[in-house]
Amino acid sequence: MTDVAEPLRAGAIGPSHWDDLSIRVRRSAEFVAIPLFALVVSALLFSVFLFALGKSPLDFYSLVYRGGFGTAFSLQNTFQRSAPLILTALAVAVPARIGLVIIGGEGALVLGGFASAAIAIPLVLGKLPPIPTLLIMAVVGSFVGAVWIGIVGYLRYARGVNETISSLLMTYIGIAIMNFFVEGSLRDLTNPNKPSTMPIGDAYMIGKIPGTDVHWGLAVGIVLAILLHILLTRTTFGFAVRVSGGNPRAALAQGLPVGKLIVICCMIAGACAGLAGFFEVAAIQGRANASLAAGYGFTGILVAFLARHNPVAIIPVAILFGGIVASGGLIQRRMDLPDATVLVLQGLTFVVLLMSETLYGRFKIFQVKAAADRT
Amino acid sequence: MTEGAGLIVFVAIIGGALRVSTPFMFVALGECLTEKSGRVNLGLEGTLVLGAMTAYAISFHSGSPWLGVFAAGCAGAALGAMHGYICKLPKVNDIAVGIAMMLFGTGLAFFFGKAYIQPSAPRLGSFSLGEWTGSQQIATALQINPLLLVGIVVAIVMAWAFANTKWGLIVRMTGDSAPSAKAMGVSVDLVRFLATTIGGFLAGVGGSFLSLFYPGSWNQGLSSGQGLMAVALVIFARWSPIRCVIAALLFGAAGAIGPALQSVGITQGYYFFNAAPYILTLFIMIASAGSKQAMRDVPGELSITK
Repeated sequence: MTDVAEPLRAGAIGPSHWDDLSIRVRRSAEFVAIPLFALVVSALLFSVFLFALGKSPLDFYSLVYRGGFGTAFSLQNTFQRSAPLILTALAVAVPARIGLVIIGGEGALVLGGFASAAIAIPLVLGKLPPIPTLLIMAVVGSFVGAVWIGIVGYLRYARGVNETISSLLMTYIGIAIMNFFVEGSLRDLTNPNKPSTMPIGDAYMIGKIPGTDVHWGLAVGIVLAILLHILLTRTTFGFAVRVSGGNPRAALAQGLPVGKLIVICCMIAGACAGLAGFFEVAAIQGRANASLAAGYGFTGILVAFLARHNPVAIIPVAILFGGIVASGGLIQRRMDLPDATVLVLQGLTFVVLLMSETLYGRFKIFQVKAAADRT
Repeated sequence: MTEGAGLIVFVAIIGGALRVSTPFMFVALGECLTEKSGRVNLGLEGTLVLGAMTAYAISFHSGSPWLGVFAAGCAGAALGAMHGYICKLPKVNDIAVGIAMMLFGTGLAFFFGKAYIQPSAPRLGSFSLGEWTGSQQIATALQINPLLLVGIVVAIVMAWAFANTKWGLIVRMTGDSAPSAKAMGVSVDLVRFLATTIGGFLAGVGGSFLSLFYPGSWNQGLSSGQGLMAVALVIFARWSPIRCVIAALLFGAAGAIGPALQSVGITQGYYFFNAAPYILTLFIMIASAGSKQAMRDVPGELSITK
């Protein structure tokens, strides 16, 4: 496996508190500097790509800035897209801590969103007030997501089924299940255009964060990221997860319930992605249809890897990529580039980022003084 | 269902299996070679899509579909070489690189493929296995493409080469134990680089089949997971090229059930049959993962089954 699990803290080996702090700062600096370097390199490589096609890289990046971050409107659009990215990135980062590479967030998002839209139909028709309705939708959406990825974790532990492949297969199956219902028994026949479930209606849409045009998904995503960070770094559970991710055999020998931990991590992941689906339905789409599979699950993989599976670091990275995704439309119109331009940039960034893994430990400045100093 | 309809469905499934299986077969053979050398390339889904786009574009511009097939192979080889090069860097994880290559290949294909969704490119020809029956319907259903035969020949050559040649031995040794390969003076990185590149070439050719024969056009929804299923299939085929062909035919048949039933007017459960290959793959993975036979045949250096 990659070093997806954070190395054990160097705290115990430092002779004093201050040395301990400096070690921590140096280590964290490496985790920030190398991904940043990878980002810059991929931006440069992408410039070469654009230049070779006769397009101006300067135009491109200034449009990304304008379309993603430049104005109050574009910034809110960016935040709108960052919300599902934070949640789908968490869906990658949490299992990564226990050593699993799960890339099925898209499927859990789609099914979670679909389930919450489906459960909303009887509730809305039964005139249940909005707040309990939304709560039930959120619970159902995240529960379905949790079960979906939980299955992947169970298969991994109980049968040794490769979780990367199975989670992506489950995504295709999940999308097929949604299409089956959306174009079949749950189709809203009053909507002739796009097969969708019945809209939940404006009265039931989740509100905006006061004073902004951003829905509550962003706030929930940020709070969840912080809570999961605390859970993974400051609790016995998190410690057990880290040990199991680092060395499953040693963890088993210590009597840790590795299988249970794997399934729980996967369920947390699925719940996050399912929640992202709920927010897409309750705050953006108002109904479930094929637009739910917009690729947030896949961009989330890149976000998680860039953040080195650190839940708090996911927040800024998700905002950055939310902005890049948000500027896609503007770039398409102004520069006459296909909508897949953003996909190429993402793919390239991912490749360069993984190449940069090889740089860890090569720069003296980040290194903790050798063990000889301490003895 | 009348007897006639039953026969039509049966023939349609056989014909469909022969058609649908070809891309599975090429990707599986490519992955089989890569995994035999001890590395996993999960990015073949992206290679398949990029191959499909390249083949269509080159066939459109040059007027020669076979040139398109070759170009698709080269595009696949380029992605494979990239994967092979990156994975030889220390501390880099091949599974993660595969995911990145999947996104990168798909992105490139969609980016350059936008212009080719509308125009019509010359397709690959075909011949029928069913002429002798004298039935027009059967003859049409059993139309097959020379690439299918190429795939089968590649599988046989590969199986023979693994068992009987020095090169085959080197690949197998690299896959089973890198230290012993090193001790024999073999460059592990070079062998894996070449195996991944050739594997990428084969997957690219598989992609050309999608756009130039069946379904026979280029669009963004052309491949939905075939590349990934083919990777899963290699585990099921226990790293044997011949078994890869058989498994690909089985998958082809699973994928052909839906369209075959549709051809006689049964549209119920359409989505279920669309999802059938994925579900089948998942069940096969569950059944074959961790089995004693799989554990016996797995290349020792492979990270995917650990």
